[in-house]
Amino acid sequence: MILASIAGPTLTGGGALQLHTPDGFLSPAVALVMWAVTAVIVAIAVRQTNKSLDERAVPLMGVMAAFIFAGQMVNFPVAPGTSGHLLGGVLAAVLLGPWAGTLVMTAVVTVQALLFQDGGLVVLGANIFIMGIVGTLGAYAAYRLLAKVLGGEARGRIPAAAVAAWLAVMGGALSIGLMLLASDATTLETMGFILGVHALIGIGEAAITVAALIFIQATRPDLFSLRDAFDPMRVRVAQGA
Amino acid sequence: MDDRRRDDRPSVSRRSPWWWVIGLAIAALVVIVLAPLASPDPDGLERVAEDGGFIERAQEALYEILPDYSIPGIDDPFLSTVLAGLIGVAVVFALMVGLGKLLARRRPPGERV
Repeated sequence: MILASIAGPTLTGGGALQLHTPDGFLSPAVALVMWAVTAVIVAIAVRQTNKSLDERAVPLMGVMAAFIFAGQMVNFPVAPGTSGHLLGGVLAAVLLGPWAGTLVMTAVVTVQALLFQDGGLVVLGANIFIMGIVGTLGAYAAYRLLAKVLGGEARGRIPAAAVAAWLAVMGGALSIGLMLLASDATTLETMGFILGVHALIGIGEAAITVAALIFIQATRPDLFSLRDAFDPMRVRVAQGA
Repeated sequence: MDDRRRDDRPSVSRRSPWWWVIGLAIAALVVIVLAPLASPDPDGLERVAEDGGFIERAQEALYEILPDYSIPGIDDPFLSTVLAGLIGVAVVFALMVGLGKLLARRRPPGERV
């Protein structure tokens, strides 16, 4: 059965496994602006991570990057002739914090472009912006807000992450849509299709994010404490006590 | 001894120093078991690009190393995809751990677990 499915068109050439925006979709001007914006925000993420990352979280950063890379390879069907795949930004940010989460997404998307020719090099800044910034930083802000409304992270983690994961995909779709519009590549009507199809993909994103978080909650709930483990204030208090 | 008592937060390394191996194994399993079963259909954006008529804007990559998550020269599609995926898993893991080690804060003496 497995043999039958692996002989499918994905792997036998023809249908190419491309997950991210290729070069040419965006105009050079739009691609350049996105490179500049992304470079600034990633630099901030590096600084913030340097300030707050607990060394015990380092292996989890590696595992998150590995899992998100692997998960993105698994396209799931969302409509006839259309598939979607994991983004992973909310999962990374909930576990590692928004800044380290952004760095994980940046690393994954960069390796996909450089090594796997998935996503163009000229539009790499745009792809990092879509997945690592909008889909991670932005979605994490939504997650925190939702968790607060739901009575705190311990109680609201799963539903907040589900909604934030859906919003991450929609935010990413909206950003690529706007970039395509700015590049004169598409019309408002097409933009509606982009959002429509990603509303379905976002449900898959929410399901995978929730499944992964429930798995971690059941097996290693201590991993949730890594995100804020290195809080200089708390260390000082602990030492004074 | 004193230090040990002070840190009553749940500890990652106390339970098993090798937990990340399990995490990595899960990622590898996703590549081996699920990636070959992935839907061959274009993803959302590519589909809209085809229908919306801007797919022809796409340019070829400047060079190819592991194009389309496959290893050039390995004809067996299952092996080619799985090996390419495992290489990717290993590369992003190593890259992220290296970067993390550069950026992470050491815990103050006595706070180390």
